[in-house]
Amino acid sequence: MSPRTPGADLPEHPDFLWRSPEPKRSYDVVLVGGGGHGLATAHYLAKNHGITNVAVLEKGWLAGGNMARNTTIIRSNYLWDESSAIYEHALKLWEGLEEDLGYPILFSQRGVLNLAHTLQDVRDSVRRVEANKLNGIDAEWLEPDEVRKICPVVNTSADIRYPVLGATYQPRAGIAKHDYVAWGFARRADEAGIDLIQDCAVTGFATDGNRVTGVHTTRGTIAAGKVALCAAGHTSVLTDMLGIRVPVQSHPLQALVSELLEPVHPTVVMSNAVHVYVSQAHKGELVMGAGVDSYNGYGQRGAFHIIERQMAAAVELFPVFARAHLLRTWGGIVDVSPDASPIVGRTPYDNLYLNCGWGTGGFKATPGIGSALAHTIAHDEPHPYVAPFSLDRFVTGALVDEHGAAAVAH
Amino acid sequence: MQLIECPWCGPREEVEFSYGGQAHVPYPDDPGGLSDEEWAHYVFFRDNTKGRFAERWNHSIGCRRWFNAIRDTATYRFERVYRLDDPKPVTP
Repeated sequence: MSPRTPGADLPEHPDFLWRSPEPKRSYDVVLVGGGGHGLATAHYLAKNHGITNVAVLEKGWLAGGNMARNTTIIRSNYLWDESSAIYEHALKLWEGLEEDLGYPILFSQRGVLNLAHTLQDVRDSVRRVEANKLNGIDAEWLEPDEVRKICPVVNTSADIRYPVLGATYQPRAGIAKHDYVAWGFARRADEAGIDLIQDCAVTGFATDGNRVTGVHTTRGTIAAGKVALCAAGHTSVLTDMLGIRVPVQSHPLQALVSELLEPVHPTVVMSNAVHVYVSQAHKGELVMGAGVDSYNGYGQRGAFHIIERQMAAAVELFPVFARAHLLRTWGGIVDVSPDASPIVGRTPYDNLYLNCGWGTGGFKATPGIGSALAHTIAHDEPHPYVAPFSLDRFVTGALVDEHGAAAVAH
Repeated sequence: MQLIECPWCGPREEVEFSYGGQAHVPYPDDPGGLSDEEWAHYVFFRDNTKGRFAERWNHSIGCRRWFNAIRDTATYRFERVYRLDDPKPVTP
């Protein structure tokens, strides 16, 4: 029998979930960035506002940036009213998203434990739980024995270097399958007639006074009625072209997965002090992340000693993981703002909207920011959920300091 | 591990260093005369260059001295290091 050509037995390519159209010369709305936020914004522009003459421009492939590189944790247990409002809005949308998109996203509300290891951690955590309750968010303070009941693999013994003194618990938090989320949004946006244009990098902007009139791209110039930037770590590259300064710094944020294991870890565990966050994906791999690499970087990779530290933290908290093998590590580029809160809304240009600064926590916000940004674009007025996150808060001083609840060191 | 050239100690491992952000951001000459917006830019806004970036580093687990570096933020390659009191080098 003669050898078969490699690949000859592979099935046909499944149906594509969206078209790959040539860009038109002009759109009512151009969204720069085809990640989760750009795609969600496109979906809600069509669904909630009937705006479908829209292009999403993506310099690579759809959802191949941070959307493909995050640890998929979804929660809304932030400290301040402004943050809990938008993240809780997002969480409520997540709860109905499969139905809305008509597409499976493997949203699993398995709860999140945020561990406390010091007296100050305990005080901050209890304060955050009470703040969450006042905002109608499910939150509880758990003692170590209750932590052990929910997640038996966490080391709650008193003789480790940083003993677990308790944890905050949000039962409605969870994880989702990030690729399916992006594909679900992309499919719906495409069905509505929105053009998703990949391999289309923005190289400049055409402006006329206080208006952006078009976008120069590697696939030609595209005229735009309104433009919104959803480019995460590359936001500064775009705003530099426009002469706008935005107070974000781009850092590599690394994550990793283990080989596939039997189900062992039933929830999501985050620890600020020992510093790692861990969940187990549906397929069985342990998904972990920790803090950003300290230096500014656009390289979509980071230093290995950061990985080493986060594995040390994971093994400290989960001794049972000690013999698991690391399968893969990667990095995304996150745009970190001075107060660890997003920057969304108006810009010095009348028809240009900004959506950046989500830093290490953008995935969980995907449907929430998509709907709020779509509203902001459609009505030319910041949605109440994003109004507190305006660019001018750095001048007024009305910061939303979420360095604690952001739960990722930066 | 990446080696970083400390101007005083020579090449040492990256873990010995800590990052200090953008270099050459002088304290305002006339602090009392600044508007809120100018203060905001001094306190919160820094360049976020993709490519060659002049930045501050500290050899924190070594000689503990500060220095400046030109580093490429896309490749992470250090192109040169120089003393804090040296002017910003002209790069091509």
